[in-house]
Amino acid sequence: MTRAAARHLRSITELGADGIIELLELTDHMVEVNRRPIPKVPALRGRTVVSLFYEDSTRTRLSFETAAKRLSADTMSFSVGTSSVKKGESLRDTVETIEAMGIDAVVVRHASAGVPWQLSQWIDAAVVNAGDGWHEHPTQALLDCYTIRTELGRPFEDLHVAIVGDVKHSRVARSDVLALRALGARVTLVAPPTLLPPSLEGWDVEVSHDLDDVVATVDVAYVLRMQLERQEQALVPTLREYATCFGLTPARAARLPGHALIMHPGPMNRGVEIAPEVADLPRAVITKQVANGVAVRMAVLFWLLGSEPTPSTSGGDE
Amino acid sequence: MSDETLLRGGTVVDATGTRRADVLVAGGVVQAVGEGLDAPAGVRVLDAGGCVVAPGLVDLHVHLRQPGREEAETVETGSRAAALGGFTCVVAMPNTEPAIDSAAMVREVQALAATALCDVAVSGAITVGRAGERLAPMAEMAALGVRLFTDDGTGVQDARLMRRALEYARGLGVVLAQHCEDAALAGGGSMHEGAWSSRLGLPGQPAEAEEVMVLRDIALARLTGARVHFQHLSTARSVGFVAQAKAEGLPVTAEATPHHFTLTDACCAGYDPVFKVHPPLRTGTDVAAVRQGLASGALDAIATDHAPHAPHLKEQPFDQAPPGMLGLETALALALTELDLPIEHVLALLSWQPAAVLGLADHGGPVAAGRPAHLCVIDADAEWVVDPARLASRARNTPYVGRAMRGRVRHTLLRGEPVVVDGEATR
Repeated sequence: MTRAAARHLRSITELGADGIIELLELTDHMVEVNRRPIPKVPALRGRTVVSLFYEDSTRTRLSFETAAKRLSADTMSFSVGTSSVKKGESLRDTVETIEAMGIDAVVVRHASAGVPWQLSQWIDAAVVNAGDGWHEHPTQALLDCYTIRTELGRPFEDLHVAIVGDVKHSRVARSDVLALRALGARVTLVAPPTLLPPSLEGWDVEVSHDLDDVVATVDVAYVLRMQLERQEQALVPTLREYATCFGLTPARAARLPGHALIMHPGPMNRGVEIAPEVADLPRAVITKQVANGVAVRMAVLFWLLGSEPTPSTSGGDE
Repeated sequence: MSDETLLRGGTVVDATGTRRADVLVAGGVVQAVGEGLDAPAGVRVLDAGGCVVAPGLVDLHVHLRQPGREEAETVETGSRAAALGGFTCVVAMPNTEPAIDSAAMVREVQALAATALCDVAVSGAITVGRAGERLAPMAEMAALGVRLFTDDGTGVQDARLMRRALEYARGLGVVLAQHCEDAALAGGGSMHEGAWSSRLGLPGQPAEAEEVMVLRDIALARLTGARVHFQHLSTARSVGFVAQAKAEGLPVTAEATPHHFTLTDACCAGYDPVFKVHPPLRTGTDVAAVRQGLASGALDAIATDHAPHAPHLKEQPFDQAPPGMLGLETALALALTELDLPIEHVLALLSWQPAAVLGLADHGGPVAAGRPAHLCVIDADAEWVVDPARLASRARNTPYVGRAMRGRVRHTLLRGEPVVVDGEATR
């Protein structure tokens, strides 16, 4: 999809390879803006962006709010803990109430898959998916692709990315697979079968149950967060066993090719999916992912709401 | 006004065959069936020209929601929807709030049904509160006319308890009906587990969650000799297992819903909870097998599993919304439109075969003098489009919005009373 047709960003599938590349190029402009002494442009002045977070989040929410502010949008913030949701208000009533205040975009995070689709049926504002259940987290995938592109500087067609861990319950994995495959990268999912989706029909990925088989061949080892409650659901016998079999240990990290990156969407469980010293290696670009997240989200908001081809190069007032 | 009605110009279709005939009804009973009947003075003549006149339809599986969920449906609104769909008898599921698990609750719903636009056969829960722990007083409920017991909404998980229930039911001559879903294996999944659930990031329930309980209950039917009726079968293998059990001579019957022969799990792709239902919409292979099972006789009946829900509940996120969809006003048309079966076969699945599952004497029988006048008149060629605003049901959760259908009920007679005339309810 091209920018002209873009109404929402609910799924990576709405973008296609062309849309992803367009957004990565727009992100380059935003990185440039962020390097300025005053990292702020008037591109979205007068626009209002609401963040509607039904689930706890630190980095995604702050990242979106920072992105909106750097584009001079007005921001409103909604969190379940202090809202009328606590009084039993329905999702639809809540979003229609917020829309009545006059808004241009809703950035939504919800524990249930599909909520961004429901919202887009009810309101006219642009809907940006900031994570829906196990389903998708498209801006995370975009910032991951941007990070891979800038750190490795090679065509995606030449890259092999291993996504390691709890793919089944991971919205990050679903969006990353869609984005990386759209860009032509080879993707291998590495997990015990209990942590893979029941069906991978149509995913067009490789699968391995043995991380040691894979580490020496990858350009990116993308490690997913292991949720602590998975042990209780009998998906893995113990977290210790998981760390032994699927954790990115120093020994495994040492077998990665010299140029290979280690990535993680955060927050990390050090000592479970990633060893503490591995997380601090120079090749672990986890904080770069976070930094790129702001620029990517600026690009997404500008792509959906902006009226110019690229943000104005003049800082301050127009 | 006279209570005499003449259905003129139709083709009578029942279990005995098909013939051109007028039908004269008086005193709640069919008086005469034959070509060119004279209209006595004062008789109400209803045009059945070009239509099929059939025994009223029988739905083994309806949620009328009363008591407890009157914002979704009442016995009155649900029975009006039933009459408009051609049904003259529906089996009301016991998962009301509170559940129909006692003689007192049976009496309450029977009292509500006294003025309904169709007969309501109240079913009872197998276990107290549908909790799956202790048997409900089935004999007391059977004494009030309850013919079918089920914990519908959930299956009886405990095999030993189900065995006892079957043995006890055999002594009463009643039917136990099972919603086959192994709760642990289903794991709270909100759609069919497969390619679509994996892609959509929704928790799924595998086909096997249904199939293991179908197999278990076939084994229990063999063990106890008791009748088992399988509700809303949705998977290809479930249909196959029941066909095998029948070939073995076991006393099993089964139903399937219109949505399981028309819709697949791909419908969930837009996350609209109107497509959330238990058992879930399955794959195209399963849909084809359900159709085949209806054609071959492996499945005895089409039952709607009409499950109204208030709009605000169906506007929750997909995984939180309650399962279920409307069915009464679209079932006949879907069967006529989508199943490649002659109308005689469709009516068998919707009328006399479900009546036989329940052992109903008054419904589904031949259209003949002396029989109770529960009749429906069907314009099998009428084309229409589903408009949720025009449904009689109190709820609006039909998955068929805007769908073009063929076949519509013109008139419905309950005990001779025209409760639907020219496609409109008379009260």
